Amino acid sequence: MNALFLSRLQFGLTICFHYIFPPLSIGLGLMMVIMEGLYLKTKLPIYEQMSRFWTSVFALTFGLGVATGIVMEFEFGTNWANYSRFVGDVFGGPLAAEGIFAFFLESGFLAILLFGHGKVGKKFHFFATVMVFLGSAFSAVWITIANSWMQTPAGYKLIYKHGKPIAAHVTNLLAVLLNPSSIDRLVHTLIGALLSGAFLVLSVGAYYILRRRHLDFAMRSIKIALVVAIAASMLQLVSGDANARMIARYQPAKLAAFEGHFRADAPSGMSIAGWVNARAQKVYGLRIPGMLSWLLYWNTQHPVIGLDKFKPSDRPPVNPVFQSYHLMVGIGMALIGLAAAGGFFWWRGTLFNQRWLLWLFVFSALGPLVANEAGWFSAEVGRQPWIVYGVLKTSQGISPHLPASQVLISILMFSFIYLLLGILFVFLLNRKIQAGPIPLPATGAPGEHVSVQPNVRMDA
Amino acid sequence: MTLELDQIIWFILLGILFTGYAILDGFDLGVGILHVFVKEDQERRLLLNSIGPIWDGNEVWLITGGGAMFAAFPYVYATLFSGFYLIFMALLAALIFRAVSIEFRSKLESPHWRALWDWSFALASLLATILLGIFVGNLAIGLPLNRKGDYVGGLLHLVGPYPLLVSITTVALFTMHGAIYLSLRTAGPLQAKVRRWIGPAITVFIISAVTTAMVTLVYHPRLTSAFRHNPGLFVFPVLLMLAIANVPREISRGKDLRAFISSCLSIVFLLVVLSIGLFPDLVYAPNHPQWSLSIFNSSSTFYTLNVMLIAALIGMPLVLTYTIYIYWVFRDKVRLGSHSY
Ligand code: HDD
Ligand code: HEM
Ligand code: HEM
Repeated sequence: MNALFLSRLQFGLTICFHYIFPPLSIGLGLMMVIMEGLYLKTKLPIYEQMSRFWTSVFALTFGLGVATGIVMEFEFGTNWANYSRFVGDVFGGPLAAEGIFAFFLESGFLAILLFGHGKVGKKFHFFATVMVFLGSAFSAVWITIANSWMQTPAGYKLIYKHGKPIAAHVTNLLAVLLNPSSIDRLVHTLIGALLSGAFLVLSVGAYYILRRRHLDFAMRSIKIALVVAIAASMLQLVSGDANARMIARYQPAKLAAFEGHFRADAPSGMSIAGWVNARAQKVYGLRIPGMLSWLLYWNTQHPVIGLDKFKPSDRPPVNPVFQSYHLMVGIGMALIGLAAAGGFFWWRGTLFNQRWLLWLFVFSALGPLVANEAGWFSAEVGRQPWIVYGVLKTSQGISPHLPASQVLISILMFSFIYLLLGILFVFLLNRKIQAGPIPLPATGAPGEHVSVQPNVRMDA
Repeated sequence: MTLELDQIIWFILLGILFTGYAILDGFDLGVGILHVFVKEDQERRLLLNSIGPIWDGNEVWLITGGGAMFAAFPYVYATLFSGFYLIFMALLAALIFRAVSIEFRSKLESPHWRALWDWSFALASLLATILLGIFVGNLAIGLPLNRKGDYVGGLLHLVGPYPLLVSITTVALFTMHGAIYLSLRTAGPLQAKVRRWIGPAITVFIISAVTTAMVTLVYHPRLTSAFRHNPGLFVFPVLLMLAIANVPREISRGKDLRAFISSCLSIVFLLVVLSIGLFPDLVYAPNHPQWSLSIFNSSSTFYTLNVMLIAALIGMPLVLTYTIYIYWVFRDKVRLGSHSY
C-alpha cells in the first residue's frame, strides 16, 4: 500500500462522508423556506411548527456538514501538494470564493435562524432562512464549478519547464467558470440535493401517518415535499440525460465505462443492469440494442466511441463505474415512479390510505442519498487515471514526500471518527423524529413564544 | 498595479484573514479551554451559549484564509499542509470534535453524555490551540525545504522547543482572551467566577510572551532584522507591549470592554510583528535561504491575483457588515432560552 493508493482512499472516504450532509442541508433549506413562507402568508401556527421542526433537523445535518467540510478544504494541500501547485492558479479561486460568498453568508444567517427568534422580526427571520438556503446552494455552486473544471478543463494555458508542463494558468476566467460541464453538472447536483431534502420530509411524514402521530403536521409536510419531489425527480431525468450527452462529447472514456462499452459498434446498445468482465471485454446482463446511440444522438445508427480507443493505462476501472452509474440511474427511475404514484393517489384523494406506498416513502429517504454518492463515485472514478482530465494524472498530483505510514494513521483516525459521527447522527436524528414536533401552544394563537418544554426537544 | 504590489496586497490580506481568525476563534477556543472549570450544568450551558450563534462563523475565517492561501500562494499552501501532515490531521480531528461537541452536548439529559462532550469540547479546544501555536512557531523560525519547496524535516523536527514555547504562549493568550470575552457576556456569580481566571491567564501569558521575545532575540535574529534595518518599525513592538500592559489595567478598573479591545489589539500587533519579521518570506528555509518560499516566487499569476482582489473587495465588506450585525444582535448577556444548546 503506497501513499498514492492510500491518499485516494482517504479522499474518497472523507468526501463521500462529507457528501452525505450538504445535499440534505440544501434540500431541507428549501423545505424550510417554503414552510416559513407559508407561515408568513397564512399565519397558521402549524406552518411555524413545521418550519421549526425541520430547522432543528437542518441544524444537525449542517453541523455535521461543517465538521466534515473543513477536512476537505485542506486535504488538497495535505495529500495532493503537487496537484495544488499545478492548478492553484485556477482551482484556488473558486475555493476562496466559496468561503467569502457562501460559508460566511450561511454561517452568519444561521445564527439568526437558530437563535434569533424574539431578537429579530418575523420578516427578517424569514429573510435569514432564505439567506441560509442560498448560502448552502452557493457553496454547491462554487465547489461544483471547481470540480467541473477538473473534469473538463478550459480557459487556461500550460506553463512548461524543461519541456514538461508544471502549472496551469488562467487565461480566461469566464471560460474557467463556465467550462463545458459546469452548468449541466451544477443543475444536476442541485436537483440531487433538493431530492434529498424532499424525500427526507416525505419519509418522516409517511412514518408519522403510519404511526398515527402528528397527523396534520405529517399531511401538510407530505404535500409540500411531494410537489418538490415530483418536479425535481422528472427534471433530474432530463438533466441526467443532458449530462450523459455532455460526457459523451467531452469525456468519451468515462461514458464508455458507464456503459461497459468496449468497441465502437453501431447501433450501440444500452444495459439496464449487468456485470462487466473487463478482461474479456464483455457485459453480461439485460441490454436494449441501439438505445445508447439513440439516447445520445437521436439516431440508432450513430457509433459511440468505445474503450478500445484508449490505451489500457488511460481507462478508468470499468465495472465499479458501470455499477455505480447504473445504481444512480435505477434509483432515479424508482424515485420518479414513487413521486408519480404519490401524485396520482393524492389526486384521487386516497394518498393517506395507501399503506404500502407510505411504507415505500419511509425508506425512500435513502434513495437520493445513495444516488448522490453513486453519481459522484461514477463521475470521479470515471475520470481516472486523470486528476485533471487529459492534463494531469492522479499519480502526478500526490504530495511527493508524504510517508505512507502517516496517511495510514490519518485514514484510521478518520475512519474511527466518521464511524462515531455516523452512528451518533443516526441516533440523534432518530430521537428527533421520535420526539416529533414541539406541540402548539394550547391557546392555538399564532404566538412567537412556545411554552417551555423539556430541553431534549427544544434545543437547536 | 504591478505584480509586486498585488503580491504585497495579498500578503496583507492573508494577514488580515488569519488575524481575524485568531481574534474571533481565539476567544471561542479560550472559552472551550475554560469550559470544564465550571462544574454545574447551567453554568456550562451558559458558557457554551455565549459562543453558540457565532463559533461557526468564526471558524469560516480559517477556511477562507486557507482558500485564499491556496488561490494566492498555491506553493505555500502545498508546502505547509503537506509538510505539517500529521500535525494538521490532528488539528482537523480537534476541530471536528469541537464542532460536534457543541452540537451534541445538550441533545440528551444524561449527565454522563454531557460530561463526555464537555471534556471532548475542552480537550479539543486545548489541542487545537496547542497545534495552532506549533504551526505559528514553526512558521516563525522556518522549515527545512528542498529545491522544489517540499518540507524535508520529518515529524519530530516540528515539535522543537521554540514551537512549543510559542504554543504555551498561544494557550495562555487564548485563555485570557476567552476569559475576558466571558466576563463581557455573563452576569452575577458566574461572571465573578470567570473574572477570577483572567488574572492568572494574564500572568502566564506575559511571562511566556516575554520569554518568547527573549528567545527570539537571541536565537532567531532573522525575525528581528527588519526592525534593526528600519528602526521606525519599532513602533509596532511598542504598541504590542502597550496593548498587553493595558489588559490588566482595564480589568482592574472593571472596564471589561476596553480590556477585550486591548486583548484583540495584542493579537493584531503580535501578528503584525510576526509578519514584519517574516516579510517577504512566507516559508523561510533556514537550510538554504535561497529556497525559501517568498511572496514573490510562490504566488499565482497577476491575472488571478487581480481577479481575486476584486472578489475580495466585493465580498469582504459584505462579510464584515453581517458579521458586525450578528455580533450586535447577540450583544446581550447570555441567557438560556428555548433555543439554546
Ligand atoms: C438524487 C440524486 C441523483 C439522481 C436521481 C440521478 N443523478 Fe446523476 N448524478 C448525481 C445525482 C443523481 C450527482 C451526485 O449529483 C452527480 C455526480 C456529479 C454530478 O455532477 O452530479 C451525478 C452525475 C451524473 C452523470 C455524470 C456527470 C459527470 O460525470 O460529470 C450522469 C451522466 C448522470 N448523473 C446521469 C443521470 C441519469 C441519466 C439519471 C436518471 C434518472 C440520473 N443521473 C439520476
Ligand atoms: C465537488 C467537489 C469535489 C472535488 C473538487 C473533488 C476532487 C477530487 C480530487 C482532487 C480527488 C483525488 C484525486 C483522484 O483520485 O482523482 C478526488 C477523488 C475522489 N473523489 Fe472527488 N471531488 C469532489 C467531490 C466528490 C464527491 C461529492 C464524491 C462522492 C460522494 C467524490 C468521490 C471521490 C472518490 C471516490 C475519489 C477517489 C477516486 C479514485 O481515486 O479512484 N468526490 N476528488
Ligand atoms: C472537495 C470538495 C469540498 C470542499 C473543499 C468542501 C469544503 C467545505 C467546508 C470547509 C465546509 C464547512 C463550512 C463552514 O464551516 O461553514 C463545507 C460545508 C458545506 N459543503 Fe462542502 N466541501 C466540498 C464538497 C462539497 C460538495 C460537493 C458540496 C455540494 C455540492 C458541498 C456543499 C457544502 C455545503 C452546502 C456546506 C454547508 C454545510 C452543510 O450544509 O452541511 N461541499 N464544505
